[in-house]
Amino acid sequence: MTWSYPVDPYWMVALKALLVVVGLLTAFAFMTLIERRLLARFQVRMGPNRVGPFGLFQPIADAIKSIFKEDLVVERADKVLFVLAPLLGVVFALLAFGAIPFGPPGSFFGYSPWVVNLDLGLLYLFAVSEMAIYGIFLAGWASGSKYSLLGSLRSSASLISYELGLGLALLAPVLLVGSLNLNDLVNWQKENGWLLLYAFPAFLVYAIAALAEAARTPFDLPEAEQELVGGYHTEYSSIKWALFQMTEYIHFITASALIPTLFLGGWTMPVLEVPYLWMFLKIAFFLFLFIWIRATWFRLRYDQLLRFGWGFLFPVALLWFLVTAFVVALDLPRTYLLYLSALSFLALMGAVLYTPKPVRKGGGA
Amino acid sequence: MKEYLDLDPQGVEEPKELRTEVMTLNVGPQHPSTHGVLRLVVTLSGEEVLDLVPHIGYLHTGFEKNMENRTYTQVITYTPRMDYLHSFAHDLAYALAVEKLVGAVVPPRAETIRVILNELSRLASHLVFLGTGLLDLGALTPFFYAFRERETILDLFEWVTGQRFHHNYIRIGGVKEDLPEEFVPELRKFLEVMPHRIDEYEALFAESPIFYERARGVGVIPPEVAINLGLTGGSLRASGVNYDVRKAYPYSGYETYTFDVPLGERGDVFDRMLIRIREMRESVKIIRQALERLEPGPVRDPNPQITPPPRPLLETSMEAVIYHFKHYTEGFHPPKGEVYVPTESARGELGYYVVSDGGSMPYRVKVRAPSFVNLQSLPYACKGEQVPDMVAIIASLDPVMGDVDR
Repeated sequence: MTWSYPVDPYWMVALKALLVVVGLLTAFAFMTLIERRLLARFQVRMGPNRVGPFGLFQPIADAIKSIFKEDLVVERADKVLFVLAPLLGVVFALLAFGAIPFGPPGSFFGYSPWVVNLDLGLLYLFAVSEMAIYGIFLAGWASGSKYSLLGSLRSSASLISYELGLGLALLAPVLLVGSLNLNDLVNWQKENGWLLLYAFPAFLVYAIAALAEAARTPFDLPEAEQELVGGYHTEYSSIKWALFQMTEYIHFITASALIPTLFLGGWTMPVLEVPYLWMFLKIAFFLFLFIWIRATWFRLRYDQLLRFGWGFLFPVALLWFLVTAFVVALDLPRTYLLYLSALSFLALMGAVLYTPKPVRKGGGA
Repeated sequence: MKEYLDLDPQGVEEPKELRTEVMTLNVGPQHPSTHGVLRLVVTLSGEEVLDLVPHIGYLHTGFEKNMENRTYTQVITYTPRMDYLHSFAHDLAYALAVEKLVGAVVPPRAETIRVILNELSRLASHLVFLGTGLLDLGALTPFFYAFRERETILDLFEWVTGQRFHHNYIRIGGVKEDLPEEFVPELRKFLEVMPHRIDEYEALFAESPIFYERARGVGVIPPEVAINLGLTGGSLRASGVNYDVRKAYPYSGYETYTFDVPLGERGDVFDRMLIRIREMRESVKIIRQALERLEPGPVRDPNPQITPPPRPLLETSMEAVIYHFKHYTEGFHPPKGEVYVPTESARGELGYYVVSDGGSMPYRVKVRAPSFVNLQSLPYACKGEQVPDMVAIIASLDPVMGDVDR
């Protein structure tokens, strides 16, 4: 089955692109506040609540501060790359958001609630989000500092470990839907049920890999405050440093928007369908989940991330890809996938519940 | 472009073999994970630590030399400033050494108060150890939880001594003054809560698979190496050596308390972290027992040579005025001799070696600081590990730089 989508006039596309950029930058600013407030709640403290009501003006104060701080370019840095790297990161992080649909066609004042409707949407997302790693990598390389170098090497090392799992995990939905278009993915889920139900292992692998891609705890090794003193952005100050924060948070928001789009039905909902509302709720859920994880977990060592990427994410994604390919190629009923997916969920729950804990309370050291 | 194309591919010399270079990385003295101003010069191959040389002395303050120009009582102002996390251990170790020198008799109530405060201080120190140690492994939250309990302990200290850090409370032959009335009920309240909190912390990290991965088998120090390097305290016991000064050479009546000495099996970061959690349980046990035997009574040695007369007596007794004056201007004169009393601080064996030439000021004071000695094992433990492990190992050895450099 195929769906067709209206094409918006160019001025409208440009307007929406602008809206996405402005919206994302605002969202970034307030995400810093929300994350700090939430972390504070997890950590029995108050968080920033002095600037404005509930600390709402804190992001503005932070922005003013980082703009007016001294902008240092270190002596040993590769000047061109040093300035270019943060810009590169932000631009590619912003680009990824445009293809995500937020509602049915015509729900944005008579126009479509997405910037572009690409037939190769998923490939585009891949290309763009992988380019963003260059921002981090080049920043570490260009800084001329050993800590930054270690940070950028780590980011490349973690890239090759989660990337395979990430790509293979997405192939399962693509095979089922038969399209790379994000709108097609959402519409297919609207008719056949969420892809989460058909491809739970792929969802799991993708969610974990997305966490690694956004370089957040437990995969925040390129930054690793306690080891590398900030890693790739050790030598950065002022607005350039803020740009790195921006990149990180926009990645974070994009990942939280992509997971629901790909696996949780995007803007659709079986009951009480309101455009935008469910999409925002789903994004908020994943943002909260990731902040929760940050408050709870330890950081992995980078060889452990490599082992995890190659030893768990990659085989699981590959296996599920083969299973899906088998079902699609032989044209078996898709309900088989539902059962297998449910089975894998039960297997995971069993593994979590029955894996012996490392240490039992009161046991031997 | 043309020149490049004209190059004879045969003429280009290929490197015979791929090779890598080692990198020297300077860590500290300003670094988030060096727990103060420790500087490490690390030789790295990739992220693997090939060699590590600690450079110390950035916090050298000359306390030991200063002590030679202060009376025996005044020295107590300096002692807690070395190990500012387990400060009562230093006060106590110094007081015990001088008391042995002058032959002071510490009343039982004062002994018990000292034990209570020493163990509370040990709890506070272990809490900081846990919070910062887990922070170094990338977990943000335990730090705040640990500091919440530490805050309660510091409040208790403030109640007793008027200070949160540098108490100046222990005196030669006792303690400065009796406990305030509200202290014991507040302490009981705290002891109600603390064991549950300890369980929570243990569940937070000791049962986390990521922590297990990060800490198990990392920075292993075998028992014989640990002994040869002079490692003491929790880090030695994590290697499975049963040496706790409170048991081996009891002081302040520790022999009368029942408590266990937790031992590790492998001597890795995991054991060193867990040992401290177990020790916190034992400290709570000791404080409970000490509270039971807290009987009313004097808190200072009645010997007028050591203890200044109580203030009201100065109004009526000329004798008292003389003693008061002599005590605060000149101090007391211990007999000639030298003493060393080992004690167990949160970091290991802590002892003051005090030499007296018969004057009112020590001829020489040498501190056997556990952090300083324990730091020796850092290069051994770090070799062959990775940069993130190095950070974890530093944290697990629990150095306090004030204690190292003095």
